[in-house]
Amino acid sequence: MTVTLGHYLTLSAVLFALSVIGIFLNRKNLIVLLMAIELMLLAVNTNFVAFSHYLGDMQGQIFVFFIMTVAAAESAIGLAILVLLFRNRSSVNVDELNVLKG
Amino acid sequence: MDVKSALFYAFAAVLLFAAVRVITVRNPVHAALYLILAFFQAAGIWMLLHAEFLSITLVLVYVGAVMVLFLFVVMMIDVNLEKLKQGFWNNFPLAASIGAVLALELASVLMGGFRSAPAPAPVLDANGGTISNTKELGIALYTDYLYPLEVAAVILLVAIIAAIALTMRKRQDHKLQDPAEQIKVKPADRLRMVKVDPVHQALVPAPAPEEPKA
Repeated sequence: MTVTLGHYLTLSAVLFALSVIGIFLNRKNLIVLLMAIELMLLAVNTNFVAFSHYLGDMQGQIFVFFIMTVAAAESAIGLAILVLLFRNRSSVNVDELNVLKG
Repeated sequence: MDVKSALFYAFAAVLLFAAVRVITVRNPVHAALYLILAFFQAAGIWMLLHAEFLSITLVLVYVGAVMVLFLFVVMMIDVNLEKLKQGFWNNFPLAASIGAVLALELASVLMGGFRSAPAPAPVLDANGGTISNTKELGIALYTDYLYPLEVAAVILLVAIIAAIALTMRKRQDHKLQDPAEQIKVKPADRLRMVKVDPVHQALVPAPAPEEPKA
């Protein structure tokens, strides 16, 4: 059974669904939430690369390049905010971050 | 089943296993390590798709930089695991149902659209395989996508500055020079002219105490 485009797309769909489940399961732990977001981006990037290969178009890989740039910036700033949050509240529990609640 | 299919199934199986462990494992350090494993498997899958440059970049940038950053942060902060894990499985029915619905929706679209259709002949690259993937990506990036590339560089610069500015902490006990204050200083601030009388009464030395006669 040779591998087709559908196989790659199904793989990334399952990966995306798993990371959505992870966001629900680790609702309190901010670190694992960030990791689940990284997994989601990985699934999306796999989709792009698979389409790029099977359609013979380089645009998909260029898009993946830019997604990775933005994702690196996102995780750097997110982790900086997390460190700052832990310094101020001594916790990364999402439930305790209710300072802005009206 | 040829070698490529076997490799695909192996990479996919390990990737999904690692993803499941990332979202269910108790310790965030273990979750980060499993995420590194997942990135390595994804790099293998991208290599199967002839995206060599992006595959190497995934390992270098994600495993080498982002995940090391994650590990540092996870190890630096002291997380109370027991409190964070309270009610971990309470959300599981909701999460599983949403995940199943999502996967079914995606699969219905994908199966209908891409499984039944004849697989398009994979085109390795537009130039008929004469130049490498990296070179092709570079040619596209530095000609058609030069402006987005510059914007991406600016985004990275903003991220550097933001991360430093957010986490920098001023020490309270240090001493440092202020060059602006040093330059602004006037002679009058440092030197005081004192008027002294030309004729000054000499001080009369106090008489020495007489030594008691022995």
